[in-house]
Amino acid sequence: MMVKEITIISGKGGCGKTTIAASFMALAKNLVIVDADVDAADVHLLMQPQIKSKEIFNGLNVAKKNDELCINCGKCYENCRYGAFDPDNTLHPEKCEGCAVCEMVCPVNAIQMVKRNAGEAYISDTRFGPMVHAKLHAGEEASGKLVALVRQNAKNVAKETGKDLIIIDGPPGIGCTVIASLTGVNLVLVVIEPSLSGIHDSMRAIKVARHFNIPVLVCINKYDINEENTKNILKFCDDEGIEVVGKIAYDDTATKAMMDEKTVVEYSDGPMSQAIKEIWQQIEKVLI
Amino acid sequence: MKLKKITIASGKGGTGKTTIAVNLAMSIDNAMLIDCDVEGPNSHIFFKEPMIKLKDVSIPAPVFDLDICTLCEKCADFCQYNAISILGEKLLFFEELCHGCGGCKIICPVNAITEKDHHIGIIEKGGNKKLAIYHGLLNIGEPFGVPIIRELKGFADDSKTTIFDSPPGTACPAVEAIRDSDYCILVTEPTPFGLHDLTLSVDVVREIGTPFGVVINRDGIGDDRVEKYCKEQNIPLLAKIPNDINIARLYSKGIPIVEGMPEYKTMFAGIYKSIMELI
Repeated sequence: MMVKEITIISGKGGCGKTTIAASFMALAKNLVIVDADVDAADVHLLMQPQIKSKEIFNGLNVAKKNDELCINCGKCYENCRYGAFDPDNTLHPEKCEGCAVCEMVCPVNAIQMVKRNAGEAYISDTRFGPMVHAKLHAGEEASGKLVALVRQNAKNVAKETGKDLIIIDGPPGIGCTVIASLTGVNLVLVVIEPSLSGIHDSMRAIKVARHFNIPVLVCINKYDINEENTKNILKFCDDEGIEVVGKIAYDDTATKAMMDEKTVVEYSDGPMSQAIKEIWQQIEKVLI
Repeated sequence: MKLKKITIASGKGGTGKTTIAVNLAMSIDNAMLIDCDVEGPNSHIFFKEPMIKLKDVSIPAPVFDLDICTLCEKCADFCQYNAISILGEKLLFFEELCHGCGGCKIICPVNAITEKDHHIGIIEKGGNKKLAIYHGLLNIGEPFGVPIIRELKGFADDSKTTIFDSPPGTACPAVEAIRDSDYCILVTEPTPFGLHDLTLSVDVVREIGTPFGVVINRDGIGDDRVEKYCKEQNIPLLAKIPNDINIARLYSKGIPIVEGMPEYKTMFAGIYKSIMELI
């Protein structure tokens, strides 16, 4: 069976990505849950996953210098493009991007690239099925690589357990983690908040999805905080041939459900819950 | 101690970083604003003046002379980012994976590799006489914004107080924005997501070693868990901004709070004052 993947992004943070994605995860049948926001993951707060397996994620290697061997020739400083070496050849590992040029140019083998434990990846169980997630250690590089690992784990879990759907809660922005969370998926849902910032950033998110040739759907969250902007979004989507699968009104149910550590659709059957359910029905039609 | 560089950061997106950065910069004397969220810069939306392009940002990328290349694979083996691969008689280069380290050029035994500029984004300047703003824009499809953030930081004027608006998260772009600052303001919401992501940010700023305090935004939507956490951890609580629908409406239209509701100016100026007293 073909496994379908959908990623939820928004460009700007705080537009309701995780609130909406977690509700989809509660509504969908036979799925694997994925949190791809590895440097600020929140889905687990609503899913209370029981961790079944854990693996260490090694990011890019990091330079390690043996000062006893170092002859202060300055080659590492001259060739490092990331400012990880001072002119006196002192190494700042936190600035190292793992390129290994210093190791190559060092004439006395005083520098070695060593493994860097950059995070952990988990496979867990939740009340809605298996969940795949991760935690990047504070301030680490290579978050895109960790997202790629998480997505590979999700595919493996789907295959092993016969799931036919993977729902991915994506990270904010348009950089490496976003790219890693959407390449090759069947569908991207862009959640837009009708503030000028929300619109600005979501336009960039739509462009990234299109850049990688992924079909895009849009839903508007908190549409009533600025109905004029909402109209503009609807017009833009119409002009661009992007389907708008629904609008959700501003509703403090989202916060209340979060305080109760539940998804919106579990917490209440009110208007927000209804709106999300209708959106999910629309998405299912497109996905199948 | 001089307080020249203040970064506004948060683990979770959408907590109000930009709101605080813009309004703080507008409430203190002799300030400038640098928006380091090159994936989704928003500070400029609160200025009437247009942003004008200052410069292009590029990183070096290899160019392969296939007439000289012997397909020895040394570059492909060396590249830590898997940006080069040799498939049969063909050399494939994945430009978007390249970090521009220059290692392939050094290791190539036949000098088949030179370098060209690979354009990853731009830097723009805007604002007015009272408050200048700089921001960067990462090109669509480019994964790494850190080189743009590095260049942006260079525009900080030492004779002014520079407010840096950080990208969300706790990974390398946020670290680059926070590093070299004299103080970091972590913005959060009084909710489970807000608290969780705040704890991640606290780990990051503690590791970098930057002094920091917390601003709670949308105070009233959740509970007192963030305040309790700050007390337990001995983290100064610099301000609480109420959950006011008027603030959200102004925000949606791109109007700074201190313009739409000038009574808030004292509060933002107060944040700066509290930091000065703490340091």
